[in-house]
Amino acid sequence: MLKLAWRNIWRHPRRTLLTLLAIAFASAVLVFFIGLQLSSYDATINATISIFNGALQIQKEGYHDSPQMRLTLDDSNKLLEEVRKVEGVRAAAPRAVGFALLSSGSRTYGAQVVGVEPEVEAQVSTIPGLVKRGRYFQRSDELGVVIGEDLARNLKVSLGDELTLLGQGMEGSMAATVLPVVGIFSSGSEELDRLMAQLPLDTFRETFSMRGSIHSIVISVDRVADVEDIEKRIVDSELLDPNQVVLRWDELIPGIKQMIELDMSSGWFFYSTLIMIVAFSVVNTFFMAVLERTREFCVMLSLGMRPGYLCRTVILESVMLVAGGIIAGMLLGALIILYFGKVGFSVPGMEEMARQFNLPGAIYPRVSLRALTDGPSVIFLTSLFAVLFPATRVWRLNPIEGIRQV
Amino acid sequence: MARVPFGAGGGLIKNLSDNSKHPTIICESVERLYQQGDVTVHALAGVSLTIECGEFVSLCGPSGSGKTTLLNCVAGLDIPTSGEVYLIGNKISSMSKTELADLRLNNVGFVFQAYNLVPVLSAQENVEFVMELQGMSKKLRGEKARSVLREVGLEGMEHRRPAELSGGQQQRVAVARAIASEPQLVLADEPTANLDSKTSASLMDIMRKMNEDHGITFVFSTHDQLVMDRARRLVRMHDGLIESDEIQS
Ligand SMILES: Nc1ncnc2c1ncn2[C@@H]1O[C@H](COP(=O)(O)OP(=O)(O)O)[C@@H](O)[C@H]1O
Ligand SMILES: [Mg+2]
Repeated sequence: MLKLAWRNIWRHPRRTLLTLLAIAFASAVLVFFIGLQLSSYDATINATISIFNGALQIQKEGYHDSPQMRLTLDDSNKLLEEVRKVEGVRAAAPRAVGFALLSSGSRTYGAQVVGVEPEVEAQVSTIPGLVKRGRYFQRSDELGVVIGEDLARNLKVSLGDELTLLGQGMEGSMAATVLPVVGIFSSGSEELDRLMAQLPLDTFRETFSMRGSIHSIVISVDRVADVEDIEKRIVDSELLDPNQVVLRWDELIPGIKQMIELDMSSGWFFYSTLIMIVAFSVVNTFFMAVLERTREFCVMLSLGMRPGYLCRTVILESVMLVAGGIIAGMLLGALIILYFGKVGFSVPGMEEMARQFNLPGAIYPRVSLRALTDGPSVIFLTSLFAVLFPATRVWRLNPIEGIRQV
Repeated sequence: MARVPFGAGGGLIKNLSDNSKHPTIICESVERLYQQGDVTVHALAGVSLTIECGEFVSLCGPSGSGKTTLLNCVAGLDIPTSGEVYLIGNKISSMSKTELADLRLNNVGFVFQAYNLVPVLSAQENVEFVMELQGMSKKLRGEKARSVLREVGLEGMEHRRPAELSGGQQQRVAVARAIASEPQLVLADEPTANLDSKTSASLMDIMRKMNEDHGITFVFSTHDQLVMDRARRLVRMHDGLIESDEIQS
């Protein structure tokens, strides 16, 4: 009965086209906005993790929850080499972390002190590139410190000034040294700019009595979307000791994930309004179609068409119509995404804000399966559900009412 | 009136040699009451009627006498308030909606007063409709539809939509659709009401010919004298009752 359904759809070309357009428009809007949203999340995630945290970190079990100096990774050089070979891993860098008081003579502030390997740090973090005054480290045994610009302001120090570092090293020893400020960075992250001081790794180890140990291996990846696969590969490769763990970015910075989920649900609030309008237009079209065809349906029932069969024909009609609209909308939405993927999508004012937070100024949306299917599938299901109302009318139809002559 | 000796277990599968043992229609004291506000309308006030296979029967009577209601009850489209209807040996009151649909599909053809074609289908497709529901192959039903359309004088109009046909031509398509699947019975409710007398006469001739050539039982309602004259049996109704029932020469 495909033929019958097809012809009935085109019985009122204008009404059908309007409904089709409504469905296609809504699908296209959903595809585009969800695509944009997903891409902007990717951009945000990328920007956030590339500042300092990396996509993945290897740590001793329990270190993330309570970062104690003694929870170290030992003999990490071989592990580093192996991790760098894992498919999808772009770079891996060792870090050691401690806490200390920094004093400039007149002022004293607490800081997170991070020991970094200068040669590879730039491949997992943008901070080496964000040094606004002075320079980053060149050697691992260099004597010097790089600090955030808010910390520098609080301490009232500038390039070349000496800082006294006072903290607790491994196994309760005293960590104390005096180092010149060689660089001041501005990352856009208020927390990092106010709290972080970096030392070359060897200098850090010396100061904190760490010998050859580190606290974490920071990993950057080729594609953030693949991070779960990469994590799995590392775990499956049995490179790790049983008490070493791999943490993903969303475990390292849980705030981002929550922010994204919140944003997504507020997006759906807007989308559902749109979907309701479409569903309403579909119901309207089919109610009208069913009403004006009551007589015809009654004739078909009288001739011996089963009520269930008639119902299915009506539902088939709506599925064809809705599917047609959705496919058109998906194509249109994908085209719009492709276009903005080329030229970039930005809202006036966004670029300025983005620069402030060290985010890319425009979003270059990508077509993804989720963007293509999330919205349209909801439209499809909602419309089908909506069509059940006119369909039940057909099911309950009493043929003698339709054929009785007035 | 004799009880049906065969019971209702005739089955839904069309089997002419078996079914022809039953009278085509048996109505036993059929009553159909309609409640209209406080008033109860006796659309059928106790009708008993037997119609044998191969008859050509006209139900006549003034408007409101219950002709349509009787035809609907016979077809299983309406449910009698009391009494019993047997259609080709099947007790209608004990059948489900779907079983009734199948019984009609395989044994009963319909012609209504007007507008009873599917507007989006061509004349030939309308005629094929019932056979398509029956699951007949495309080739076979196409051949049958063309030959029946030729019989009713519509050769060359197979591909016109109903809107492109005159009222008389539409009714002929409806007759063609009713008989194409070779049912045992064709029910026609005022088939000529919207036609002029010349067209009515030719439609009646076609139905009469189908009755004679194919042995199909015809029952039609009318209040058109010209149509009554062509019936072999004339059943007069008045106020929901049978007033007279006579064989015409
Ligand atoms: N659905 C209905 N509700 C109320 N009264 C009805 C209904 N159908 C038929 N009737 C009444 O039943 C009587 C018989 O109607 P009908 O069978 O249509 O007569 P005919 O076909 O002979 O003109 C009429 O008085 C009509 O008003
Ligand atoms: Mg009538």
